[in-house]
Amino acid sequence: MIIFQLALRNLIRAGLRTWLNVFVLSLAFVAIILMQGVNQGIIEQASRSMIDSELGGGQYWHANYDPFDPLTLEDAHAPLPPELQRLIAEGKATAVLVSQGTIYPGGRMMPVLLKGIDPRQQILDLPTAELANHAGTIPVLLGSRMAESTGLKVGDPLTIRWRDAHGTFDARDALVVQIMNTSVQTVDQGQVWLPLDTLRRMAAMPGEATLITLAKNTSPPANFHDWDFKDLNFLLRDVREIVRFRKIAAGILNTILLFLALVAIFDTQILSVFRRRKEIGTLIALGMTRSGVIRLFTLEGGLHGILAVVVGAIYGIPLLGYLASTGIPLPQSSEGFGMAIGLVLYPVYGPALVLGSLLLVLLTVTVVSYLPTRQIANLKPTEALRGRVL
Amino acid sequence: MQNSILISTNNLTKRFPMGEDAVVALDQVNLQFRKGEFAGLVGPSGSGKTTLLNIIGSLDVPSEGEVLVLGEAIEKIGHKAAARLRNRHIGFIFQTFNLLPVYTAFENVEFPLLLQRIPESQRKKAVWESLEWVGLTDKAKSRPSQLSGGQSQRVAIARAMVKRPSIMLADEPTANLDAQNSHNILQIMERLNRELQTTFIFSTHDEKVIQYLRRKITLDDGRVASDETFTTERAGS
Repeated sequence: MIIFQLALRNLIRAGLRTWLNVFVLSLAFVAIILMQGVNQGIIEQASRSMIDSELGGGQYWHANYDPFDPLTLEDAHAPLPPELQRLIAEGKATAVLVSQGTIYPGGRMMPVLLKGIDPRQQILDLPTAELANHAGTIPVLLGSRMAESTGLKVGDPLTIRWRDAHGTFDARDALVVQIMNTSVQTVDQGQVWLPLDTLRRMAAMPGEATLITLAKNTSPPANFHDWDFKDLNFLLRDVREIVRFRKIAAGILNTILLFLALVAIFDTQILSVFRRRKEIGTLIALGMTRSGVIRLFTLEGGLHGILAVVVGAIYGIPLLGYLASTGIPLPQSSEGFGMAIGLVLYPVYGPALVLGSLLLVLLTVTVVSYLPTRQIANLKPTEALRGRVL
Repeated sequence: MQNSILISTNNLTKRFPMGEDAVVALDQVNLQFRKGEFAGLVGPSGSGKTTLLNIIGSLDVPSEGEVLVLGEAIEKIGHKAAARLRNRHIGFIFQTFNLLPVYTAFENVEFPLLLQRIPESQRKKAVWESLEWVGLTDKAKSRPSQLSGGQSQRVAIARAMVKRPSIMLADEPTANLDAQNSHNILQIMERLNRELQTTFIFSTHDEKVIQYLRRKITLDDGRVASDETFTTERAGS
């Protein structure tokens, strides 16, 4: 306790030098928490958006369905097993039929995925209700990115060409009935949504689907022949993989930040031991043991970490809290860095993140503070009292 | 108890390595110091005065021979025991005062008692008493940088005496002081010696200090050249 009091007294009385180090360290501390909070926010926000708009509580995929290979779509459809039909009837699942097609916006030819979905579904957060009640025409729902890239607006006609299950090509005019704003690019870019029954008729695939999305918190009944259940761990693996790489990049940046702050502490400690050698000799002459002096100097350095936490908390809590509540606006061009995070990112700071960062800073600061003081163990007090170099 | 031996050296030799050779700083020194002595080690630079003080103060160890300080064999003493000996029984007064720069005068004086874990009320009482001894109660809140040389040395004396040590070792205590301050300091130390029976050992070649000594040990090339005890009244008496 006495060593602590002395260390704190020495540190506070060292004035500006202490506060500069503390401020730099607190910047690193706050930046580490912010960056990790941003990554956590990306995971949570992207996962939530994708679950709400696309993935629900998991999906059954037709055995031939591969979202990364459009050529598989030709064979990736089948009638629904009775258990899944029952879930759909109970409102616990919704079927999606996916087919290849081509649209001709502004005279251009553009390959698209035609996605049929029940307009009455409540499973996914998509404005599919807009697809209902359009007799005599094919209502079409587009995402805002798709609308922008095609130049289409609500009310615009759109020619769709497709090939049915028998290999026959056909084409019809459709009508854009809604442009939806969504952060989930995988339900937007290159996709045209239309009523499920309409697409089934167009593709000559009555009662068939490519995938079935379960409502959140619905247990998958079983695996069926030709239908594989994909849980959220599988469906969100790309998001997690991207965030993992972002974390590595952020980790490198954090390491650099922390390293710079630690260099300042290390430098201060080296300078302290060098400049205060006469004081070290005096402390020993007054009856302090060498290990006591080492503890004192290490604690002085380590207290930089504690003060940095306090200083960081003073400006970091309001700052991080503000960012968590209002979010960080992302530039339109960033498109959420390829993930479904929309135009505003909300960082998330959990207690484990804050405590982990805190421990990391305190531990590294203490180690860095201790290293330069080891030379005190080899010092001759008589030399130190004369102010000679150790 | 008045004449009990606090310090004794027996064939004390100290050598410092110098390249492949060694410089002999102390050579077969045999001395004894009793309680209440006011003694000085006198001699030119390099005669071994400071080295002998350092060894008595357990800041250094002999190369050969034996040194007993308050029953502790310095040649065998460990770091912790030496620290305890210095903290409880030996006060140091340095030529350059060696006050801790970030502490006030009060805190500097308080420091040895903090190390002894003395309760706060006793500690404060002892610190004020010590500051009163040296006449610096009005400077208690001053930092060393705000004190003159004489005041700094008086704070250093208060710091050394606050724990009521048996032995005070003063290494050239007046070297950085003018004549008036030197006499003031010496009078304070002599009073301490007289009233508290603290044993003082000086290292000096300052004539002003020598005038006050009741025992003068002259060192020459690390050997005791003479050891004189004065029974007549001295300058400060």
